[in-house]
Parts: sequence; C-alpha cells; structure tokens
Amino acid sequence: MDAVSSSMPLLVFVVIGTIAVASSILVVAMRNPVHSALFLLLTFLCVAVLFVLRSAEFVAAVQVLVYAGGIMVLFLFVVMLINVRHLPEERVLSPVWLGGIGVGLAMFVLFATIVRPGTYHDEVPNADKKLTTVDETYLTQDATNPNRLVRHHRQRENRNAEAVGMALYTDYLVPFEVASLFLLVAMIGAIVIGKRELSAAEEETAPDYMLERVETEKEVKEALSA
Amino acid sequence: MNKALLTYLVWPLVKFLIAFIIVQLIVVAMTWIERRLLGFIQARLGPNRVGPWGLLQGIADPVKLLLKEDILPTSAEKIAYFLGPMLPLIPAFVVFALIPYGPPPAFTVTRVNVGLLLILAITSTAVYGIILGGWASNNKYSLMGGLRSAAQMVSYEVPFGLSIVGVLMITGSLDLVQIVRYQETNAWNFLPQLVACFIFFVSMNAENNRTPFDLPEAESELVAGFHTEYSGMKFAFFMLAEYSMMIVNSCLIVTLFFGGWTFGMFGVGLTTSVLRGMGFFGGILGAAIFFAKVMVFMLVYVWFRATFPRFRFDQLMDLGWKWMIPLALGNIFVTGLFILAGQERLMYWIGLALLGATVFYLGRKPAPRKGIHASRVSEA
Repeated sequence: MDAVSSSMPLLVFVVIGTIAVASSILVVAMRNPVHSALFLLLTFLCVAVLFVLRSAEFVAAVQVLVYAGGIMVLFLFVVMLINVRHLPEERVLSPVWLGGIGVGLAMFVLFATIVRPGTYHDEVPNADKKLTTVDETYLTQDATNPNRLVRHHRQRENRNAEAVGMALYTDYLVPFEVASLFLLVAMIGAIVIGKRELSAAEEETAPDYMLERVETEKEVKEALSA
Repeated sequence: MNKALLTYLVWPLVKFLIAFIIVQLIVVAMTWIERRLLGFIQARLGPNRVGPWGLLQGIADPVKLLLKEDILPTSAEKIAYFLGPMLPLIPAFVVFALIPYGPPPAFTVTRVNVGLLLILAITSTAVYGIILGGWASNNKYSLMGGLRSAAQMVSYEVPFGLSIVGVLMITGSLDLVQIVRYQETNAWNFLPQLVACFIFFVSMNAENNRTPFDLPEAESELVAGFHTEYSGMKFAFFMLAEYSMMIVNSCLIVTLFFGGWTFGMFGVGLTTSVLRGMGFFGGILGAAIFFAKVMVFMLVYVWFRATFPRFRFDQLMDLGWKWMIPLALGNIFVTGLFILAGQERLMYWIGLALLGATVFYLGRKPAPRKGIHASRVSEA
C-alpha cells in the first residue's frame, strides 16, 4: 500500500504529462481549428493537474478558470464565428517546420539550464518546508501600553491563495501593475481598431450585415493564405 | 481494510453518492414542480394526468426520452455531437463533491482550501457542451445558439466572480466551510452584501440560460437553439446538466449568502456547535435545512422564469457589461472602505435599509396605467 501511495504522484505525473504533451502536439497537427482548440483545452486542464501535483492549488484553479473557462471559450467563439471547417492540407515536414523544431529545442535547452537548481534560485536546504510554511508578521497591541503596537513574527502553514496574493501585491507589485497596464493598452487598441472599421463601413450604402460578411470572408481568406 | 483507503476513498465516495442521489431526486422533482408552478402562476393546471396530481410525470418523461429514436444529423461532427451533451454533465456532477451539505466533517465530502475558486473553475467549463453541441449539429440555428451561449457565459462569468469578492473580503477565506462558520457568528452575508447577492442571483440565472436570459435556446428566434438537432437521451442529458447546474448555483448562493446548513445569526439559533451537540440527528437536520434553502431558490428560479420576458441580445450584453460589472466593482470598493474604517457592522444596517426600501418600493400600490389596457380594466 505504501509503495503504491508513495509512487502515486509519479504515476499521475507520467500519465497526465504524457496526455499534456500528446494533446499539445495534436493542437498543431489537427486540420480542423475546432479540434485544435479542444486539444488546447485538454492541454490546459492537464497542466492544471500538474500544478496541483506541485501543491499549487490556487494557480491550478486560476489556470482552469481563466484559460479553460474564459480564453478558450472566446477562441472557440471566434473560430466558429468565421466558421473555418478545415484548413488546407499541408506537408508536415516543410523547412519551416524544421526551423520550428530547432527553435523549440533551443528553448528547451535554455529553460533546462535556467531552471536547473542552483542557477536561477539558490538551492534551499529544506525545500519542502519552504513550500509549505510562510513567514508572517502581524501587529498586536502591547499588553502594558495599549497605545503601542508590537510586531510579532510567526511561521504558519502556507495557504496558497494568500501566498500568491502577498507575492503579487508586495514583492511583484510593479511588474503586476505594468502587466495590467499592458492589458489595458491592448484593450483600448482593440476598441480603437474595431471602431475605425465600423465607421468606414457606415459610409457605405450596403447594409451592415453584408459588409460584415464580406469582411469576415476577406479575413478568412487572409488567414488561409497566411 | 486499510484505514487510509477508508478515509480517503471509500467514505468520500459514499458521501458523494448520497449527495448525488439527493440532487438527482431534486432534478426529477423539479421537472414536475416547475411545470406545476408555472401552470399555477399562468392560471392553468400543468401536468396532472400521470399518477396523483401528475406526480409520476418525473418518471414518465425520462421513460419517453429513453424510448425515443436517437437521431444523428447527416454531416454532423460525430465525436463533437456525441460529446456535446456529455461534457456539461461532468462539471455539474463533480462540483457536488466540493459543496458542504451539513456540519463538517461528517457532511462534507472534501475540503479544499481554495474550494470556492475550484468550484468557479469547474463550473466555468460547463459551457463547452453547449458550444460544441451547437457547432457539431451543423445547423445554423444551433450554431447561433452555441455562439450566444459562449458570449453570454464569458460576459456573466465576470460579475458572477466579482460579486463573490465582497463576500471573500468580509469572511477572509475561500473555504466554503469557513464562509458558513463566519455567517453563523455574524449575520448572513446577504445583509452586508445585498448588492452582491442581487448581482450573484442575476448572473447565476444568466449562467444557467434561464428564462430572462435563455437566448441560446430562444425558441421564437432559433427554433430550439443549441439543442435543435438533439433528441432522446442526448436531449435529456442537456436538460439534466442544466438542472444540475441550477442546483449547484442554488447551493452556492445558499452557502455564500444565506448561511449554508445553519439556521441562526450572531451565534444564536441552530449553529454548527448546536447541531453537532445533537449528534447524528443534528447533522441530518443541518443537511435538511441546507436542502430546504436550496429548494427555496429552485422555486425562485421558476418564479423568475414566469415573471420576466426574454431579453434582447444587446439588452443582455448591456445589462452585463454596463450595469452588473460596474455595480459589482462599486460593491467591492464600498466594502473595502467599510472594512478599512472597521465599520463592518454598519453594513448590516445599510443592507437592512436597502432591503426595506426595496420591499416598500415593490409593495406600494401601483399607479393606474394609461392606455388601452387601463381603460379595459376600468370598464371591467
């Protein structure tokens, strides 16, 4: 029993990891965009399981909530809206593909060197303890003088959501805000571009839905030729 | 038997099965209750032929659907068409393992420290069935239904999640058990978070595609929307998933805003410790209170359906993006201000005042209507 329960995480990792890798390959191999999107969804779910294995439940939940629940739905929405049933057949091993594999391998080597313990972050002597506990400082009133606050320091069990929140809003506040600013800029850009095309279409006499259809078809053709 | 196996596999499975069966019984009951209640509200009878008061309708319907021919439209995507009705069932069923039905630990299946977030994550994947089913049917109306559902889900997921943030801020936990324990020592969350409760209720109706928001299956425009091409058991699975998700959302609103399995505030009444003192019977009582509250919300769902006409799609989007999201953000801001000022108790009074004002406003004598309708009424 002990042998089974101790090797369980490894077993789950191997199975789920294999599914994740296989489905991510299928994302690019599928000729039907909807099927590709579905395999991407499967990849996201598998990665969420891998996060749980590393006891990062919060990240796992957010991964499913944001990517599976939001972004993939929008992906599917767009794919279905322009209704591309099948992409044209292509040879699998064109020179471009070989280049892609080369870039992928280079990235892999880069990541492997960076993530290797001791290179990017220091090796922690008690790595597991560091993961499961968190240092916390808190203020209380002094027992003798109620106007004075005393700073205490304690170690307690790390609650996942809190750890992420603390990291985001203290150590990484500036990168976090910069990232949200980027998103805001991207959103404004999208609205501006969308609005401009709308106003150009309004000048025409043809009804909107026809123009939209022409535009979508043009987009599809561009997407197909690209 | 191994003790670890018993505590981590057998007992949770047994508890999950019990909860699952109760929920499925509610689904069967709802098929009858909903139509009878709709009939009552619309001044007609509803199904009353099968068994006493039509009670056996809940059995007659599944039998009919089981015996119907299972049609596969030509040029439908076979795998996606098959997966369509199956996919929404998975999240709808899995979530019941995360909801505490009664005083813990006996009546909770599992406790995850990010429980609420996990529930949101799981339920957010339920939309794929509708999108896939609509797309795979190879029918324009179905596709339109699927697309509408996708847009609607993504839009209302945001106020749905944001309305919960206020609750999280005052309870300080993502653990549903902790949230309920907070509510029994303080007030039920619908008092300090009345606005959030309202937003949550509206968004959960939208998430479930229930009537004022049932545009994915709007029969006056789209035949039957995403399930136009489905028949027999596949159609039944769509309905099963929809009603299961309704129960999930009722469970959530009861847990988050209406005190879960407890019946009492400020530590008075049937709190967890009182229920625990009664032993096993107390646990059953807690679960009964919980499911009674859930049933109340299921009936409110029906009442809501009978009361409101369907939105137009742009109205739906306007309501979501221009009203619900700003309102939810404002609620978070105001809640933050109160917490910062240390005046959380003041929120109860404001909530109570808001509730009173709403009841007073809705309960006042309506002004006489102008136009043909009013003149006809006065003639009669």
